[in-house]
Amino acid sequence: MKVTFPHLGNAYICVKALLDDLGVDYIIPQFNNKRALELGSRHTPEMACLPLKITIGNLIQAYECGADTVLMAGGCGPCRFGYYCEMHREILRDAGCEMDLITLEMPDKELGEFVGRVKKLIGGLNIYKIVKAIKNTTQISIQVDELERLSFRTRPREVKKGSTDRIYKWFQERVLAVRGSDEIKKLIKNAREQLLKVETDNSIEPLKVGIVGEIYTTIDQYPSFYLQSRLGDMGVEVHRPVTVSNWIVDHILKNALHLPRDLSYAEAAKPYLGTMIGGHAQETIGHTVLFARQGFDGVIQIYPLTCMPEIVAQSILPAVEKDYDVPILTIIIDEMTGEAGYMTRVEAFIDLLNKRRERTAFERNRVLSGNRRRVGEH
Amino acid sequence: MAKKIGIPRGLFYYQYYPFWKTFFEEIGAEIVVSDRTTKRILDDGIKNCVDEACLPVKLFHGHVMNLRGRVDYLFIPRFTSVSKGEYVCPKFGGLPDMIRQSLKDLPPIIDTEVNLRKSKRNAMKAALEAGAHFNCHKAEIKAAFKKALKSYRDFREQVKKGLLPSDILDRKFKVLKKPDDKVLNVAVIGHVYNLYDSYINMDMIRKLRDSNVNILTVDMIDGGIINEKAGTLNKKMFWYFGRKAMGSVLHMLERDDIDGIIYVMSFGCGIDSFVCDLIERKVRRKGGVPFTVLTIDEHSGEAGMNTRLEAFIDMIRWRSADESNISSFG
Repeated sequence: MKVTFPHLGNAYICVKALLDDLGVDYIIPQFNNKRALELGSRHTPEMACLPLKITIGNLIQAYECGADTVLMAGGCGPCRFGYYCEMHREILRDAGCEMDLITLEMPDKELGEFVGRVKKLIGGLNIYKIVKAIKNTTQISIQVDELERLSFRTRPREVKKGSTDRIYKWFQERVLAVRGSDEIKKLIKNAREQLLKVETDNSIEPLKVGIVGEIYTTIDQYPSFYLQSRLGDMGVEVHRPVTVSNWIVDHILKNALHLPRDLSYAEAAKPYLGTMIGGHAQETIGHTVLFARQGFDGVIQIYPLTCMPEIVAQSILPAVEKDYDVPILTIIIDEMTGEAGYMTRVEAFIDLLNKRRERTAFERNRVLSGNRRRVGEH
Repeated sequence: MAKKIGIPRGLFYYQYYPFWKTFFEEIGAEIVVSDRTTKRILDDGIKNCVDEACLPVKLFHGHVMNLRGRVDYLFIPRFTSVSKGEYVCPKFGGLPDMIRQSLKDLPPIIDTEVNLRKSKRNAMKAALEAGAHFNCHKAEIKAAFKKALKSYRDFREQVKKGLLPSDILDRKFKVLKKPDDKVLNVAVIGHVYNLYDSYINMDMIRKLRDSNVNILTVDMIDGGIINEKAGTLNKKMFWYFGRKAMGSVLHMLERDDIDGIIYVMSFGCGIDSFVCDLIERKVRRKGGVPFTVLTIDEHSGEAGMNTRLEAFIDMIRWRSADESNISSFG
């Protein structure tokens, strides 16, 4: 049995650690690429969301390399992601890729079946081994996300442009060659030290932009043309609250163990969106409000075309934009998105943010005619 | 004077109007339904809604605007779930919020949450919440709820017998044409708000009937059969409509009196994109039943729609007339 799984940003590092520790044989599909997207678009329904297309591409490419079993996460709606596993099964079958599917999700029928699925995957039920592997995977997911956050901080401040990217890419490639969670942790530490050594100019006060939106297109860098590192190169510090570790810890572990979760975003979203409607709509709105309160310069929402929860969020965001006076750019991605048009919009948005900052700095030092409030203040 | 409550003629109007009508009339409200869809209503909706939303949601915005200034309250319930363990659609869940942020100067919105995911009893809770706006006693609301439930059930019974909701709601009963060629049984699968709004589907129902087609919809299939068939799926469908559509089609594939299946979807519908694809794969694998997908959006040209409907019906007729299903080109 050769297991494979679709890509989601750096999630492959966590899954790799898990499968290494459990001793499962696996193939990691090629990093997201043009051919994966093309293969996916060919076999999936036209109006399906982009993540389905690109994950199908991943799986077909893995099948070509000899994988025969797919490991996939499940869900129970209302977002379409919960039904991805079934779509994968049907599409792969019609595309002529005979593959087995193992869905990791809370069972809706009986627990026995779920246990059977896990047994099938790792060939035995050594609870100690499983718990230990899950613990290590969780730690790795947190460390990888910390590393990513560090890169977000270093990139706009680095003196020699491209040094952060070089280290970060080296890490992403290099991690494929090591085995087991211990070695992965060592590698993360190594990359972290290298990033900390990057020469930075700490006098720079970069623009701060928050990234919100649908989980796949924000976490995975391929569909958005590596937007987050490009923003870094433009001298923007990026913050993204939705991460792989956050998904593992908050959505899977804390939900399964009924632990209290950090729901500050839900609280912040309340005046705009009363309830959970699936996907990350509530997170999108809540985090935008939180970003605005923390004085961020702008917010970018990214989502794939036809994403249902994000459409709701998009129609509500203008109200947040107005109430908090924070510029928001919405970017919608599908397989037809052209890089040039897309980057033009991002650059224009960043220019706008720069101008806004200059203007407020200018106004702070001047009294404009008719600006009574300021006169009163002085 | 009775308070006027506005009900936009869109989305779940086509499923729950008989219920809402009885309920609000019983608790002493006056009901105002927005006008039938016109180009103006559709254009208003498109202008005031995010571009990415699907056609029915845009249209709903237009209907809300049509009611603006004519009513004291707007009734836009938040439909999270209408059946146990299932959802409707994220957009239905966020609809009141979308409306509130996209349209200005609206009367107060009654946005009671209808969430039957955990228990059916929440329906009464929703009714009490909605009724509270019209200051009447709990007992009165409960009585109104029961009466409303009865008229809803009567409505569903009629639909099950073969009458379409649009026939009942628009009081248009079909004028039987003298059948000159065989009556075809064609299943039309789609959301209620796409099938029964004759403006956005360009009078598809009448056109099909005029060409001597007997229409079957998911509402005419017995709930028990749907659940049984949907239960055979690998993974439980967690969308209300998805379960009904999948269950009915699986059942129809086993019947031999179905001459064809038409799937009507709206552009950009997330649920349709998956359900339609899964159904298409199942139908094609089984073979033998003609299947077509009609996608509607705000740009749809009527001629294109007519051509495709006619071609589909002709194809079915020729198929049975020539008795052989084998293509002459091998």
